[in-house]
Amino acid sequence: MTAAGWRAARVEPAAYDTVVIGAGLAGLTAALRLAEAGQRVAVLAKGVGATHLSPATIDVLGYEDGVVASPAQALPGFASAHPEHPYGRLSVDVIRAALDWFRERLEGHGYRGGLDENMLVPTAVGAAKPTALVPETMAAADLRRGGRFVFVGLRGLKDFYPAYLAGNVTRAQLPGRGSVAARALELAPTLGVQRDLGSLGFAQRFEDAGFRASVVADLRPRLVTGEVVGFPAVLGVGRAREVCQELEARLDHPVFEVPTLPPSIQGQRVFETMTGGLRRAGGRLVVGSAVGEVRTSNGRVEAVLTETAGRPIAYRAGSFVLATGGFASGGLELDASGRISETVFDLPLSGVPAPNEPRLAREYFDDQPISRAGIAVDEKMRAVNGDSEPVYENLHVAGATLAGAVPWREASGNGISLSSGYAAAEAILEVAS
Amino acid sequence: MATLETDVLVVGGGSTGAGVARDAAMRGFATVLVERSDLATGTTGRFHGLLHSGGRYAVKDPVAARECVVENAVLRRIATDCIEDTGGFFVTTPWDDPEFGDAFLDGCRATGVPVEEVSVADVLRREPRLDPGITRAFEVPDGAIDPWKLVSANARSAADHGAQILPYHRVDGLELRGDRVIGARVVDELTGDDVRIHSRIVVNAAGAWAEQIAELAGCRVTVLPGKGIMIAMNHRLVNTVVNRCKPPSDGDIIVPIRTVSVIGTTDVRVADPDELEVTEAEVEEMLDEGEKLVPGFRRARALRVWAGARPLFASDEVTDTREVSRTHAVLDHAARDGVEGFVSITGGKTTTYRLMAEHAVDTVCAKLGVDRPTRTHEEPLPGSENGRFYTLGSRLRAREPVPGSEEIICECELITRERLLEAIAQRHPSSIDDIRRVLRLGMGPCQGGFCIYRATGILHGFEQLDEQAANSALLDFLRERWKGVQPILHGDQFRQARLDDWIFQGLLDVQHLPE
Repeated sequence: MTAAGWRAARVEPAAYDTVVIGAGLAGLTAALRLAEAGQRVAVLAKGVGATHLSPATIDVLGYEDGVVASPAQALPGFASAHPEHPYGRLSVDVIRAALDWFRERLEGHGYRGGLDENMLVPTAVGAAKPTALVPETMAAADLRRGGRFVFVGLRGLKDFYPAYLAGNVTRAQLPGRGSVAARALELAPTLGVQRDLGSLGFAQRFEDAGFRASVVADLRPRLVTGEVVGFPAVLGVGRAREVCQELEARLDHPVFEVPTLPPSIQGQRVFETMTGGLRRAGGRLVVGSAVGEVRTSNGRVEAVLTETAGRPIAYRAGSFVLATGGFASGGLELDASGRISETVFDLPLSGVPAPNEPRLAREYFDDQPISRAGIAVDEKMRAVNGDSEPVYENLHVAGATLAGAVPWREASGNGISLSSGYAAAEAILEVAS
Repeated sequence: MATLETDVLVVGGGSTGAGVARDAAMRGFATVLVERSDLATGTTGRFHGLLHSGGRYAVKDPVAARECVVENAVLRRIATDCIEDTGGFFVTTPWDDPEFGDAFLDGCRATGVPVEEVSVADVLRREPRLDPGITRAFEVPDGAIDPWKLVSANARSAADHGAQILPYHRVDGLELRGDRVIGARVVDELTGDDVRIHSRIVVNAAGAWAEQIAELAGCRVTVLPGKGIMIAMNHRLVNTVVNRCKPPSDGDIIVPIRTVSVIGTTDVRVADPDELEVTEAEVEEMLDEGEKLVPGFRRARALRVWAGARPLFASDEVTDTREVSRTHAVLDHAARDGVEGFVSITGGKTTTYRLMAEHAVDTVCAKLGVDRPTRTHEEPLPGSENGRFYTLGSRLRAREPVPGSEEIICECELITRERLLEAIAQRHPSSIDDIRRVLRLGMGPCQGGFCIYRATGILHGFEQLDEQAANSALLDFLRERWKGVQPILHGDQFRQARLDDWIFQGLLDVQHLPE
């Protein structure tokens, strides 16, 4: 932005204590934590965040040379083996505190589990995925002790294939002596002329009592005693817990959800609860406001400028949290010449392959050299340069923008986002006090 | 071991082989076609999709140009469903020799390529993204042709005339009795079963692999595979085929085909048609050349890169009198190598596939002592009976009357569940790639991010696959896709690829599917 551009920008009259950039799990965690502690907070986001892509589970650490049974036990060793990993900056205590905080703030979702044991829950292809924390609508999904499962498909929902899922779940490798029996059923609810409803269309129908009654009437006689019933994760939009409880009562079987392709209805529920909490705590969420320019001086970030229709708006704050995500979310970028960059502050990067090294592996399932690229941080979650010095004394980073992790391979994405967002907020509160 | 008896055994399931099978079957020969993989997975399925007007060869190779003129007109009658009538321009950019335009016009007129010089202003009105610095432009009847549809229609027609089409059947050896080829030993690649096929004539239509097949009978065919790379961009950057008006060279053409534009191509001699590596330098060269035709070309998203092997054929090898042009040749191995019952057809290009097939089957007729003229230039291919060209908006038009009335499985290419099921029922595909080629499933901007899980689930249910087979189909698709996207990933398309990783590796956790 030119000097003239900054002059033309409208300056938000209220200076904020903290401005958070990005409205995924990391950004919303930091913002809500700060707002409830009394800070004036604004969240600036280009669009809704990665919540809408992800299940509502909090995977802290699922894989490290095989399935991790207990994140609490595995984390210290993992952190010392991977000092560059975000968990190298986040103690088990901080992660535990973040999980406790999250469970409490999302009380209405009835989260189960914790750091001590991973559950194994089926994905939509029937892989048994380790995860630490699940919403109540997934509590019955845990495969570890085995059991008899029936997966229910809905004709017209193209994002769920229960027979394929059931076939794989039956062959899942379980610890101990548990074994899974699984089968599939398909319901053909009346849909009307609209045949391409998608997950959201079905979730809205499940909010309707008549629709639920017809599902129950159709399904109940086809269930066998002792079966646990898995639906696609479309059991209501906002009232999923009640919908799930009602189905359990009326079917007289435990019921759970299986997350499937985006848009994630489960993730939308998390987003709604967290942004609702943020509003109630006096925070502000501005979606549709990509940060275009930043103003810094004397080693501090002074303000950021959003690109909106009309004229740009400058947001000043005492602290900033960068939570724009990784490559998938646009927080990091790879250009045609192979250069990797952070897209808002152009921060120095860590974990970048050397210029003459390939960015990507030739085989899809090999380790991708680019995966660990991102921003390195100090113990206060502030972005640091190659000499481990903070780049700006009031700029903190959280979530998938951080260097050192391979979230999908480790099953660690939401765990990193939640605990790094939480830790960034704690660091800011510490400075403020 | 199963044994088949036939008149003509065709080796190779590209456009030439499928064309030979159709022609032979239509002339009343019992015909069997074997292909080691799926149909149109060799050179035919790996080109840019240009239906040549002949303009490209008008100056350098008049014989090839004349063939293209004739065959372009034939295909516009018999293969309309496979063709989008985009038309074509040859344009002189600031990087091209301005003198070449006159030579081009002369060449077109001498070879019969319909050509008209058009004003630059008119061209820029019709193709506003072209470099405004172009100084001359010529219009020719180039078009876009869908190679998978073309081969599939030929194979269907052949089958309608009694031919047996056997994809996934690899020739393990040719059987000789004395100096005569009497058939082939073939392996069914899906079951592992051996099949023996006895035939009166074997036609080697293996294209870039023709040398390998000929060697099985101790015959000599020298094919020098020429590698060409192509890149599909995510938009119709142009709606007309656009050629540089200069002697043929790398990256001189953009072909708008279906929902994408393809830039091609290079020409590098390689030793083995199965080893076609795409280098970074080649990709950069293509994108640079694209910029010269369409400024801002690099800002479009490159979806996929691939390489094909042209069956380049050294003309001094051709001793057969039936050689019809420098572009393709029918080799009767009785005359060349003293081996009876064996004919090779090689060289050529997809635009002239039908003519190549006609010449090959003419040779078969002569050898079998019968006189049966071809009818392939008269009878439309299945699907093209109504004589209507394919148009870009056709899938959308079919969906529009009642939006949302059908489940769209692949949003990028507007493929419905019903259409997918129909293709599965027709083909009984052994992989998702087989369906991809028929429907263009997963060929759009997201490269299968959403549709491949759905297609796996649907395939599993419909074909009653076991889970391992379905898992392999899914994982094989992901591995294969990566080869075509990895060399070109950056910017927004890399972001897209990371979203796909998020879905497959994060959400679905496919790498931890049970063994």
